[in-house]
Amino acid sequence: MHELSLCESIRQVVENHAGAHSVDRVKRVWVELGCFSCVSQEALSFAFDVVMRGSVAEGAELIVLDLPGKAICHDCGKEVTILDRLACCPSCGGTTLMPTAGNEMRIKDMEAA
Amino acid sequence: MCSVCGCSHTDQKMHAGHGMQPDRLIEIETDILSKNNQYAAANRARLAGLNAYAINLVSSPGSGKTALLCKTILALSGQRLAVIEGDQQTQNDADRIRATGAPAVQINTGKGCHLDAHMVGHAMDKLLLEPGTLLFIENVGNLVCPAAFDLGEDCKVAILSVTEGEDKPLKYPDMFAASKLAILNKIDLASHCDVDLSAYEANLRRINPNIDILHLSARTGADMDSWLGWLNAEIARKAGAKSCA
Repeated sequence: MHELSLCESIRQVVENHAGAHSVDRVKRVWVELGCFSCVSQEALSFAFDVVMRGSVAEGAELIVLDLPGKAICHDCGKEVTILDRLACCPSCGGTTLMPTAGNEMRIKDMEAA
Repeated sequence: MCSVCGCSHTDQKMHAGHGMQPDRLIEIETDILSKNNQYAAANRARLAGLNAYAINLVSSPGSGKTALLCKTILALSGQRLAVIEGDQQTQNDADRIRATGAPAVQINTGKGCHLDAHMVGHAMDKLLLEPGTLLFIENVGNLVCPAAFDLGEDCKVAILSVTEGEDKPLKYPDMFAASKLAILNKIDLASHCDVDLSAYEANLRRINPNIDILHLSARTGADMDSWLGWLNAEIARKAGAKSCA
């Protein structure tokens, strides 16, 4: 639902960087999304095409890089990699895991045309 | 996977072979929500300067946020209070708050599904906050998007009602992971709807082992004191941390 707002933020950041580097047109934008970031990639791609119209990134390709989730297990104390927010600890089977990574939503790079 | 473009090559030099001109690559490395986070930091600094405490109230629609707020305002009659109300449409909730005597500003997000820190900053301007104010920000009823948007609050408080289903924390984990307190509201209905309160608590703690949990009924006033006590302890904790700093 909030993918449109996220794309408006991406547009602002891309336009600022394009201005700073005297870039007239952006061909590709890379975004990193953690697997717990609650962002639908399909909705983000759709919103990206719509929101970038009229900007330096009109028609640009959005490339999404997935990042895995990490969590501290409150049962065994280890930091473990998990792909599912409700996964059990792969080390001890514990069910109380507090995520430490996987919420990322970062604009990584862009490629000028 | 290649970390530059997401293609299947592991060697980033391969980009020359598939159309990438490295000299045209501009590093950004910025959080998508960086602008929101800057506004949130400004809101937080402004609240700290006023010795104010702000709570971001989050829940599904219909869990009783506004009812709880109205009862809380009446119970805290000596305290300076202000309320920011977020809904897609209508002034109804701000009208309900103003009827209690507390100042309230309504934000209508239109098509938006959450409040952001920029909107909240403008609402704070309109409220003319006084020093020592306890500010409640009632977010749009939505357990998904508001989790990602920092408003500059001191903490999030999630409200869920006994009619919503014990597995709600598992279905919408991010909101409960981001909250300091979960209030299980409408406890007066528990005996009528076959609800397992211990399952609610177990699911909340599975998602967030550190979360505080309170049961109450905003409608009957049952156990409202535990919530008021929690609020006062939080405000005192923030004031104490500041005086030690």
